[in-house]
Amino acid sequence: MAALDNNEVKEGVDKETVDAVREVGGAYKYGWETEIEMEYAPKGVNEDIVRLISEKNGEPDWMTEWRLQAFRRWEKMEEPKWAMVHYPEIDFQDQYYYARPKSMEEKPKSLDEVDPKLLATYEKLGIPLKEQMILAGVEGAEAAPAEGRRVAVDAVFDSVSVGTTFQEELKKAGVIFCSISEAIREHPELVKKYLGSVVPPTDNFYATLNSAVFSDGSFVYVPPGVRCPMELSTYFRINAENTGQFERTLIIADKGSYVSYLEGCTAPKRDTAQLHAAVVEIVILEDAEVKYSTVQNWYPGDEEGRGGIYNFVTKRADCRGDRSRVMWTQVETGSAVTWKYPSCILRGNESQGEFYSIAITNNYQQADTGTKMIHLGANTRSRIVSKGISAGHAQNTYRGLVSMHPKAKGARNYTQCDSLLIGDKCGAHTVPYIEVRNNSARVEHEATTSKVDEDQLFYCRSRGMDEEEAVALVVNGFCKDVLQALPMEFAMEAQQLVAISLEGSVG
Amino acid sequence: MALPERKQSVTEARLAGLEIPRGGCTEPAREAALARLWQMGLPTRRDEYWKYTRPETLIQPQPPRAALLRTDEPPMFDAFDRLKIVFVDGVFDPQASDDLALEGVRIERIADLCEQDIHWARDLYGVLEARGHEPVPRPLAAFNTAFAGDGVVIHVTGRPSRPINLIYRHESEASDAVLHHLVRVEEGAEATILENGPAAARFNKCMEIDIADGGRLHLVRTQGRDHERRAATHVFARLGRESMLKCFTLTVNGVLTRNEVVVEFTGDEAVAHVAGACVGDGDFHHDDTVFVTHDAVGCESRQVFKKVLRNGATGVFQGKILVREGAQKTDGYQISQALLLDGDSQFLAKPELEIYADDVACSHGSTSGAIDEEALFYLRSRGVPEGEATDLLTLAFLAEAMDEIEDPALAEEIAGRVRGWLARHR
Repeated sequence: MAALDNNEVKEGVDKETVDAVREVGGAYKYGWETEIEMEYAPKGVNEDIVRLISEKNGEPDWMTEWRLQAFRRWEKMEEPKWAMVHYPEIDFQDQYYYARPKSMEEKPKSLDEVDPKLLATYEKLGIPLKEQMILAGVEGAEAAPAEGRRVAVDAVFDSVSVGTTFQEELKKAGVIFCSISEAIREHPELVKKYLGSVVPPTDNFYATLNSAVFSDGSFVYVPPGVRCPMELSTYFRINAENTGQFERTLIIADKGSYVSYLEGCTAPKRDTAQLHAAVVEIVILEDAEVKYSTVQNWYPGDEEGRGGIYNFVTKRADCRGDRSRVMWTQVETGSAVTWKYPSCILRGNESQGEFYSIAITNNYQQADTGTKMIHLGANTRSRIVSKGISAGHAQNTYRGLVSMHPKAKGARNYTQCDSLLIGDKCGAHTVPYIEVRNNSARVEHEATTSKVDEDQLFYCRSRGMDEEEAVALVVNGFCKDVLQALPMEFAMEAQQLVAISLEGSVG
Repeated sequence: MALPERKQSVTEARLAGLEIPRGGCTEPAREAALARLWQMGLPTRRDEYWKYTRPETLIQPQPPRAALLRTDEPPMFDAFDRLKIVFVDGVFDPQASDDLALEGVRIERIADLCEQDIHWARDLYGVLEARGHEPVPRPLAAFNTAFAGDGVVIHVTGRPSRPINLIYRHESEASDAVLHHLVRVEEGAEATILENGPAAARFNKCMEIDIADGGRLHLVRTQGRDHERRAATHVFARLGRESMLKCFTLTVNGVLTRNEVVVEFTGDEAVAHVAGACVGDGDFHHDDTVFVTHDAVGCESRQVFKKVLRNGATGVFQGKILVREGAQKTDGYQISQALLLDGDSQFLAKPELEIYADDVACSHGSTSGAIDEEALFYLRSRGVPEGEATDLLTLAFLAEAMDEIEDPALAEEIAGRVRGWLARHR
């Protein structure tokens, strides 16, 4: 990539692509660490730790009990083994479940009181926690012209939320956007009603563990008829060593409302693997719409497969109301191991679920990701577009379920999953489950696996691009369907990530 | 590792009192298969591999009784000049069978191998089955290798002038047949094998097919029409360089059918097409489970499966293309489609790709839906009555699978049976 700087930009080469490739000069660029004094709970997990986390968050008794029940359940559960991922056994007692910067002991009342070191961390990540015109998550965004788009950010640092921007302004519109710990204290009626109603505490091994030990996360409530005046975003940063991050996100879109939510994440480079097990629950009522976009860029481990984040995530949206809509868009480039299936329960009649995904694995990364579309209501629709790209020694699996229940009359699904292999040491796999239980439902599934098209590469090379540039361009074209579904800020970052993740995979 | 309790108990119950046939060159393979079976255990509903099909009636000690179907329909392939080998409830019937002598092929009974210590078949019996348990065990096939009481060994050395027809008659309501066939196609040889008939109340059949370089085999199977029968069949095929296998199966009726086909390419530039059509009505459960492994360069595989389902019938398709590291230039294709003629029927599919080589073109598709209303309207507006129009569209839907039969006369014979079924179920 460095060679690029010495090259003239050739005629006919998409300037944006070259810029994108140039931008990402080095490899994983979020691998630095913030030196900050931390406070840890003792290592391991047991009922006392669960109580301690609950107490640190100042939670009411019902919440503590909810967590304890989940923990007792978790102790009896077994780790799932069905995914096509292999990693050394995780010792769940050999890590910290709670880590917070000392300076966060007293929650700052406003952003001005937040430890400057923390603010600097987010500044460096390109997420300035200031209420100004910003483009979230985009490297070099400061230089980009502000178009008047604002994004409210909830910044989560290890186990705690550091701060949430634009809260006042959102409040004026009736939107509640805060950390989940704050929501438990301030809006218990909403939390009680909806928490665990989409992903029950008994759902699966990692979701149950999360239910017991989640430390923070984001909470969003959009009241009836309100179109959220700005995009909401959570930025997750793991900083402490040997610490798992367990965040919980709960989004409720009341009747006729709309919200677009962005999620980003990074972690420092370390030789040992770290655990991240999040749960995201989305409740969507009549005529409401939620867009949830993720750029997952956790530390993927080094070229030899050392270190990296184990990303075991449960994300689910429940389209409860008629004509409700959800759209998941994800760009998965980070993590050593990914285990993630953002799902849609299409309960309301004419509700709609969409899933757009790009999963890129390089070196020794492994990703087993996909979606579930559960069609329960009549005339429900879903669309799945998944692009998996595998390079180096990586393994990339699409795993999905499309289920048409007997009452889902007239339901439709279209699924397209394509895999691209770069190199002969990697793998790309497709494991779809299709269950059709009524004949008025129409299901179409297509999947292809191929290598980077030689003709396209040759064309790019003949226009003077070097091989890596050419691959990045072809891959960007391959991912186009998904990139187009991303909010503008993320699309820019995603394009860069496509280039960065494949670095070194050619030749 | 010890088996889960449930598996242990169903396996014990099934194997209680059973003895493997002793003697001859198959005995070591049978003992090895029995040991495998104890290790993997018989399937239960909890097995991912049996997610969509209930194995209970296939493994319980006694088969559920199956009423016989009386029909005046002429037997399948009746008009064809072929060499008939007849099994009645799983036992070879020499009277009903033709003389087994035919130029270009040598046919013997598996039962006779129990009396011979030296026979080439010892290098094939149970060998491909044993290779077929990765990544998922197929315990019913291991059971078959261990306990098969009869079957034939077909050694194709030239180009026999007539197809070989294995005919399975069902005459006892409680029969429980276990048949094991071996087919070896030598270099440059070519043969057609036909199979038909309901076989038994419960039928467990395994066929191991070894095709040498440049060999070609056509396998056309029909299963039907007895409605209460149950069957679990396995085909294990190994393909040498530039060889070819074309396998087609028509399934009509049957309360439970599970057909597994396991194909392995070991020589370059070989071709395997596996196709199936099924038509089911009411209490009908049909499962096609196909696993194709590409372990050679430049091979082509096609899987084409079509299911027509009505009145609460269930169709299952589990198909996988595995391309191993180094199996470059692979061309893998897989399509599974269901036509649901009414609201109660269901289609459950798991079409998989697992690919470890980069220079490949693999694709799969799966669709499910009702009959195309516009096409139906068009035909009706041209004066075609509704029932007939539905039949025409159904036949058109099945055509892609039936096109995999190379011999047009055989294809027409199969299509005729489907037309008959559709007319009866209008």
